[in-house]
Amino acid sequence: MAETKITLEQVRHVARLARLELSPDDEQRLRADMDEMLAYVDKLNELDTKDVAPTTQVGEAGTPMRDDEVTNRPAAEAMLANAPLRERGYFEVPKIIE
Amino acid sequence: MASELNKLTIAEASSKLRAREISATQLTRDCLDRIAAAEPRLHAFITVCEKEALEQARAADARLAAGNAPALCGIPLGIKDIYATKDVRTTCASRILEHFVPPFDATVIERLRADGAIFIGKTNLDEFAMGSSTENSAFGATTNPHDISRVAGGSSGGSAAAVAAHECLGSLGTDTGGSIREPASFCGVVGIKPTYSRVSRYGVIAYASSLDQVGPFAKSVRDAAILLRTLAGKDVRDSTCSARPVPDYERALTGDVKGLRIGVPREFFVEGMQPEVEQSVRAALKNFESRGASTVEISLPHTGYAVAAYYLIATAEASANLARYDGIRYGLRVNAEDNIALYETTRAQGFGAEVKRRIMLGTFALSAGYYDAYYLKGQKVRTLIRNDFERAFEQCDLIVTPVAPTTAFKLGEKMNDPLTMYLSDIFTISVNLAGLPGMAMPCGYDSNNLPIGMQLIAPPFAEEIILRAGDAFERTGAFEPRTPAV
Repeated sequence: MAETKITLEQVRHVARLARLELSPDDEQRLRADMDEMLAYVDKLNELDTKDVAPTTQVGEAGTPMRDDEVTNRPAAEAMLANAPLRERGYFEVPKIIE
Repeated sequence: MASELNKLTIAEASSKLRAREISATQLTRDCLDRIAAAEPRLHAFITVCEKEALEQARAADARLAAGNAPALCGIPLGIKDIYATKDVRTTCASRILEHFVPPFDATVIERLRADGAIFIGKTNLDEFAMGSSTENSAFGATTNPHDISRVAGGSSGGSAAAVAAHECLGSLGTDTGGSIREPASFCGVVGIKPTYSRVSRYGVIAYASSLDQVGPFAKSVRDAAILLRTLAGKDVRDSTCSARPVPDYERALTGDVKGLRIGVPREFFVEGMQPEVEQSVRAALKNFESRGASTVEISLPHTGYAVAAYYLIATAEASANLARYDGIRYGLRVNAEDNIALYETTRAQGFGAEVKRRIMLGTFALSAGYYDAYYLKGQKVRTLIRNDFERAFEQCDLIVTPVAPTTAFKLGEKMNDPLTMYLSDIFTISVNLAGLPGMAMPCGYDSNNLPIGMQLIAPPFAEEIILRAGDAFERTGAFEPRTPAV
């Protein structure tokens, strides 16, 4: 049997980090899928990258600066219009502090 | 008998609109009629904007009558449902955004509006642009206009199918690993992924920010050049967006390929690819040679590692980008007793299987203890892939390859095998990793009457070379577009 790249326990841990509720079926299926992908990406280890710098971004170098000026108009009502639950000018959420 | 103005190219329609031979209203109505007839079989659109489009058409006609019409005045376009469109529902083909109505326009939507374009509707895609077939849409798959038992490609499958079926004159897609080029190839239309940073991503729902790029679909290379001119250029709201001046791409279309050195990477003609795809692309290369271009065999030695590097980088970035869907400020909310449970159940019910798969893989690749082995390793291999292209472009001006190893596959064929699905992007993904411009355009048909696409790749910001070569090929008449079955 091939080496397992990821355990069910790890899948549950990652799901907690990603804030995803998984059914027992989801957990099994995702474990198998992730196992296959992780085995596939193992081929990258054929390459010696010890002295290779990572590429994080391929755009032009540098971050342009601009003046810190307000350019947008207040649009609270437009923003709140998509809220699933609101009370007056606020987003409503379950109680956090007892 | 309908006038079928929807079959015109953008260049043709523009000149007829300006000459007042046709009206924008008539053109828009013909597109809407075509949509009404074809959509039950195609499902290229998630939302059709009939009322808004006809209003925009009337405004366009007024500007045309006044004689001060901008570049795209009166041209009906399809917009991938990943672009924020003010006051028009934007779903990203996800249940989590099913009822989301953006209060603002993406920068490219603003630009198209300013240039007088008409938005005929929002096109279908794989949920959050994650997929290669548009089967991952929460609202049902798009079919291929050439054979409705087959996929349109993805993730921008709706935008490709809509143009191929003449439901609109052009459209917008996005391309993170091939999401414009692969569907363009499968549907037999032109699709451009510009250089990373050439076009603003502001207002484009993010999948993998270091790879995502905006681009057009069109019926001809000239039309794609016309659309790209409007899309490209600096945007203060996207700090990665380049300030380089935007050339008049249409002027690059000289029809001349004399002296052009075309690189042909040996790694892109591999065992197991559909023989007709190779034959068709090789025939196109001969055509270029007969017109004074030269071809040179090149090597991109790390091509075989691109899909692996991509699925670490793209999923890692996706896991961070999709963290915003928490059910609090917009989108679906599934109520629960506390906040954490609310997030978890909202995301569980709001996201589809492929999105969850990628969020999970990306979260794992970024998690403590695995970051170096997976995410960082992927980024280092990305450097090797970029270097391959840099070296190759010392020998050639342009690289020509197939877009995909096969023509459009059957609906359902790859849905149970994620890795096989991912490998359909094997020839397009490295272009995103390197940030290069790439264009897909039709170059033939296989024995099932399905379009075959070739891919033209250039150095950063050399879109003009791709457009010139593609347009020159189109002018030879070597490829004759066939009317799609739908």
